[in-house]
This record gives sequence, C-alpha cells and structure tokens, in this order.
Amino acid sequence: MRFATRSLGRAVVLSAAVVSLIATSYAVEPDERLADAALEARARTISAELRCLVCQNQSIDDSNAPLARDLRVLVRERLSAGSSDTDVMRYIVERYGEFVLLRPRFGLHTLLLWLGPMALLAGVVSMLVRRSRSQRSAAASDLERPLTEDEQRRLDQILAADKSAR
Amino acid sequence: MARPKLGPEADRWKTVITELGHFALILALMLAATQMLIPAWGAHRAEARLMAIAAPAAITQFLLIGVAFAALTHAYVTSDFSVENVWANSHSAKPLIYKISGVWGNHEGSMLLWVLILALFGAAVGLYGDNLPPSFRARVLSVQAALSVAFLLFILFTSNPFTRLSPAPAEGQGLNPILQDPALAFHPPFLYVGYVGFSMAFSFAVAALWEGRIDAAWARWVRPWTLVAWIALTIGIAMGSWWAYYTLGWGGWWFWDPVENASFMPWLAGTALLHSAVVMEKREALKIWTILLAILTFSLSLMGTFLVRSGILTSVHSFAVDPKRGVVILFILAVFIGGALVLYAWRATTLKAGGLFQPISREGALVVNNVLLTTATATVLIGTLYPLGLEAVTGAKISVGAPYFDRTFVPLMVPLLIALPFGSLLAWKRGDLNAAFQRLGAAAIGALVIAAFAFAAVRRGPWLAPLALVLGGWVLCGALLEWANRIKAFGAPLSDTLRRARSLPRAAHGMTLAHAGVGIMVIGITGATAWNTEAVKAIAPGETLSIAGYDLTFRGAAPRRGPNYQETIGRFEITRGGAAVTVLEPAKRIFTAPRQATTQAAIYNALAGDLYVVLGDGLADGAYVVRAYFHPLVRLIWLGALIMGLGGLFSLSDRRLRVGAGRRVARATPPLPQAAE
Repeated sequence: MRFATRSLGRAVVLSAAVVSLIATSYAVEPDERLADAALEARARTISAELRCLVCQNQSIDDSNAPLARDLRVLVRERLSAGSSDTDVMRYIVERYGEFVLLRPRFGLHTLLLWLGPMALLAGVVSMLVRRSRSQRSAAASDLERPLTEDEQRRLDQILAADKSAR
Repeated sequence: MARPKLGPEADRWKTVITELGHFALILALMLAATQMLIPAWGAHRAEARLMAIAAPAAITQFLLIGVAFAALTHAYVTSDFSVENVWANSHSAKPLIYKISGVWGNHEGSMLLWVLILALFGAAVGLYGDNLPPSFRARVLSVQAALSVAFLLFILFTSNPFTRLSPAPAEGQGLNPILQDPALAFHPPFLYVGYVGFSMAFSFAVAALWEGRIDAAWARWVRPWTLVAWIALTIGIAMGSWWAYYTLGWGGWWFWDPVENASFMPWLAGTALLHSAVVMEKREALKIWTILLAILTFSLSLMGTFLVRSGILTSVHSFAVDPKRGVVILFILAVFIGGALVLYAWRATTLKAGGLFQPISREGALVVNNVLLTTATATVLIGTLYPLGLEAVTGAKISVGAPYFDRTFVPLMVPLLIALPFGSLLAWKRGDLNAAFQRLGAAAIGALVIAAFAFAAVRRGPWLAPLALVLGGWVLCGALLEWANRIKAFGAPLSDTLRRARSLPRAAHGMTLAHAGVGIMVIGITGATAWNTEAVKAIAPGETLSIAGYDLTFRGAAPRRGPNYQETIGRFEITRGGAAVTVLEPAKRIFTAPRQATTQAAIYNALAGDLYVVLGDGLADGAYVVRAYFHPLVRLIWLGALIMGLGGLFSLSDRRLRVGAGRRVARATPPLPQAAE
C-alpha cells in the first residue's frame, strides 16, 4: 500500500490546489461594489494589477478566494478614504510585499526583465545592419576584384568557342 | 512491484493486457536504442544495409508504443484499478470519453502520449521519407530515436504508467472535474502533435549539421513537417483558450499563465521558422539562422515540457509534484539543447552565406518578421522564467503577470502587423516600397472604414481600441488585396480571374488565409478587450438584470442530476427591446468523485458578440448572485485561429511541398551567360 498512501497524499494536495483554482470562477461580489462609479472603475483597474496571493497567476479582480476578497475590500476602503491610486498600491505592497504586483516595479532586481527584450531587439537590429553593410561592401569589392585563374580560363574557353562558332 | 492477485478470468485478461503494454514499452526502448546507434554507424561508414534498418525500426517502434498506449487505454476503459495510474485518475462512473481522455489527463499518461507522437513522426519519416538521401534519413531517424530513448527511460524509471497496486482498490479516485470537458479533453493531443512535431525540425537540423550539407532542399524537406506541427499547435492553443473562456466563468481567454506560455513560445518560434524556411527554400539565404531557429523551436518545446511536467510552476496543469522528475527532464533538456547548440557552433561557421538581397525586399520583410517574432518569443521566455530565476538567485519573490506582457509583448506585435501586408507585396531580392504603398491604399481605406464603423457603433472605450482595429483591418484587407492582385480580381475578365485563382499555388492561398486569420484575430482581441461590459447583481426569481441592451429575467433555479455530478440550474429569459431572444441556463455543478464544484456558464452567441451568464452563490429566499457579461467580437479570436490553421492546411496540400515531393536536384554550377551573337 506504499504507492497508495503516497498517491493519496498527492491527490489531497492536488485537490486543494484545484479547489483554489475553481474558486477563481468569479470575482467582485455585488455587496463589495462602490456606489461611486468613477471610484469603482479605479478600484477595478488597481485590482487587475494585484495578484491573488493564494491562487495561481490570477488577479484579485478575477478571483473569489477569500483573501482576494479581503484585498478588494481593502483597495476600496483606501480609495473611499481619499487615497490616490499610487498610495493604495504602495500601501498594499508595504503590507504584502512586491509579490502582490502582477507587473513588477522597475528596479535593479528587474533590470533584465524590463530591458532584456528591448536590449535583445536593439542588439539584433544593430548586428543585422552591420552585417548587411559588410555584405554589401564585400559584394561591391567582389565586382572590382580581378578574375581568378579559374574564372579567366573559363572565360577564355567561352570566348574561344564563341569565336570558332562564328 | 507487487503482483496483483489474479481474480476471475476477466481480471486475468486485464492483467495480461496491461503487462503486455508494459513489456511493449520496454521493447520500444530497446528498439529505439538500436535505431539510434546502427543507422548512425551505417551513415558514418556509408553502409546502406545498416542505414536501411532505420525506417522499419522507426515504424515498429511506433507500433510498440502504440500497443503500450492501447493497453493503458484498455485499463482505463475497463476501469482496472489494479493499475495505480487508473486508480488515481479514473472512476467507474465516469462517462466513456472521459475515461479515454483520462489516459493523458495525468503526468504518466501524458508522457506516454508524448513519446507516442514522437514515434509517430519518426514512423512517418520511415514511411514517406523516400525523397530524402539515405544517409540523411538515417541520421534524422537516429536523432529522433535518441529523443525516444531519453523519454522512454524517463517514463520507465520515473513515471511508469503501468505501476500496479495490490490488492486492487474497489473504486478509483476520479478525474479532476474541470478536465471533464470535451475541448479540454482533446486539446492535449493537438498541443502534443504541435510541440512534439517540432522535433522533426530539430532532427532535420541536427542531421544536416552532422552531414555538413545544408541547402534549399533542406528547407523544402522540413517545411511540411513544420507545417503539420504548426497547424496542430495553432488549433491546440485555440482549443485551450476556448475552453478557458467558457469554463473559468468570466470569459477570460488568455492569461499569460506559464503553462500557456510554454505552448505559445514554440508557436511563436515555429511561426518564425516557417517564414525563414521560405527564404531559405526560395533564395538559399538565412540558412545559418533557419537551422538555429529549428533547433531553438524544439528546445522551447522541450522547455515547455520541463516547465509543465516538473511541477516547477505550481499551476493547474502541473500534475507532477515530484522534483526528481524535474531533475531528469532538466538533464534531458541540457543534453539535447546543449548538444545541438555545440554541434551548431562547430558546423555553422563552415556554412556559406546564401543569396544577397536589398533591405527593402521580400527577404528583408521576412527578416523583420523573424526579428520581431524572435524578440517576442524571448520576451515571453524572460517573463516566464524571470520570477523562477530571481527567486533562485536572490530569494526575492516577484510576480510577472498579464500587465507585464501587455506592456512588452503587445508593442512588438504592432510593427509586425504594420509590416505584414508590405512583406507579401514586395518582390524577392529588390522590392519597390512605393509601389507597395500605392497598392495598399485600398487596404488602408478598408481598415479605416472598419474602425470607423465599429467606433460609431460603440462610441466609448479606450482611445487605443480604434487604432488596434485599424491594425487588424489593415492586415485583413492587406491579405485579401494581395490575393485579389494575384488573381487579377479587378480589371480582368471573370473567366481569366477564375483561371488564375485555380492555377495559383495552394501555398499562396494558404498564405492569404493565414494572414487574414491574423487580422480577424486582432479585430476579435480588440473588441473583446476594449468593449467588454459586465453586470453583477443579486436577483430573486422574477427580477431582471440588464446588460448591453439585453434584459435577463430570472425564472428561478432547480436541481438536476448528471452521470457523476449534481447541479443547480438557473433559468433566464433573455429579451431585447421586449422581444424574446432566447433562454439561458447557467449551472453550478458539484462532482461526486472527487468532490468539487464547477460553474457552467451559459452563452448566447449574438452577431455582435457573446452574452455570457454565470450563476453565482445562492442567497436567502431563492435569490442568486448573477453575473452577466457581454464580450463583443470575442468569437473572432478563435475563428481567426481556425482560419490560420486552415491556411496552414492549404499550404500543406500544395503539390510542391507535399511530404515526399521535391526530389533532390543536383546543383550544378550556374552556367556563365552565353556571349551575345
């Protein structure tokens, strides 16, 4: 039964993971919504940037896990109290760490993440430009260089054949 | 391994079949090892008899793995719970199709499907690869067999689906209910044909480097296989997205989830490969790059397998929770990717660069395509791996989600989409950008009309949305215009146009379809993202919820019993301006084994978009929280993907590109021009 107990444990872990996923099926409850439409819209925008900490790759806007709900309520409380969007974000990050942000801040630790793709693009483009230049100059010098012996011999043969045919 | 106690005659037969499957898998490993070594030795020594082993070995290897797969399927269908894998993932009360899809709905079975498809491609080369030079074919099959050996060892030693339990449990644990869905059940085979199919590009690239001969013929040989893989991957990803859309309960269709990214990266790289292979085939240019891209595309597939199968990303798709497996796959990854890249670095320098071209030319446009697609692939790769890397190095935990990709990936697609219609109008070697501009005037007008029309209909939403629509319309109209140009749809008599349409190569029709599909998809993505609306309300029977011009009247909820679940079904009468439209019945399901809840959204497909209704939690006095969404144009996303796949099929059916076509033509030195008389 060794296999069985191991698998049972695995199954329990998995179903726990899956239940938290299923819990993502719907988010903002009617009672959470703010009466002020502009404020509610801001809350939604902020929510889309915040990670539901107990789910996999879901924003709190998309998740109905209890913790996501708590965060949504917190965001709305802060907004109602008059905080700006940045203040709310900063407050949440102070409490929950940078892990809560779905879009990491730009900084030393995320330099490669933010600049990597652009650096790669710039590198590839500059390499292409350089190669195309050197290829063109190589092609140009190829036109100017004298014929090799082999080429000269073939040319002579063709010209000779041409002359004799005439 | 404990031997199961033999029961009545039927049980004995089940055991025999399961053990035969296990034995067939071990035989397949032996055969794959032979197929890896002997043909390669034969190619090295130029001995035809040794090389000739490759094809029959590849076919037999596929048949053996097929027997193993059939045996496991048999165990699932007959609910043989003495097989641990069946016990852990199936249940006797499950509908038959989910018993079958349960075979690959778990780690062990999905790896078996992986090698089955790997062997299928090998067998296809064995059967239809007569056009390849014998030594080249022997090497391709040897590389393919090396992959088989690695993954068969992985399966037999770390993930054996034939492990037995004794005594056999009376009932199974059941399959994860969210996997019990037709689109999800059948999307893994498509995905696997896709990313395992890119193994052909890999094997062809390695074999070519090994032989040291790489020319236009190589691109012609590899193209049909890459196309098959690409088509399957396109359909597989679209199916997964469609499943997420109607299952997860609010109509999201792409999440930048690491597991999605794992299949998206090979797709992006494969798309780049299809385009660069065209340049290589037509002009012998970009050879060195195309070979590298072929290696990278499959490397990304392998990495996707590692990410999903190692459990390194804990996400819904990670059924494996065993780090040992991760280490083994990582080792396989290092050997194959590392080995191929070393071979590449060693041989690529000896390759001669091919045909020259001006920056403004078809080749130039395809280089732009490749640069942008490759950078986009790298962006997805960086975004997916960065949190893992950072945590491993500094211990800091960060999240990289949709908002990151929206800001990095999407901007790369914009220039790609702008350039696309130009690319297909430019001539090879030296194109005329002005002429292309003039010919595309109509496409620009078409795009503006589409955007203006949509904006007039909605008159709200972000200011970027109409621009994105212009982009989608531009690609769509550009593709159609190029096609119309080629068949002279305007100006020439109809009979002439029809004749031209018939004689146009299928690959050209395929390109038009695929590009039109891209445009349609962009339009769908824009609509669904920018103009999506939602309404959430707790309503009692008799009350009404309004959204996007529709009125939803709640007519109460009632319980119903399914084969392996209980559900609560809500009934909604949908009216628009007082006229009855339809009745929608969203449901909440509780599965019996394992005990889990799912939501079943009800969707009404109107012309302008989808009305999407979800039944939420029940409240006191029969009221329910109801969520309604209107997703404008959302179906165009999958329609676009389908049309892209269809374009691929057209291209695949082109006579010049069919597998086995295009026998190698001896390349003579080009004759010098005859002197003028």
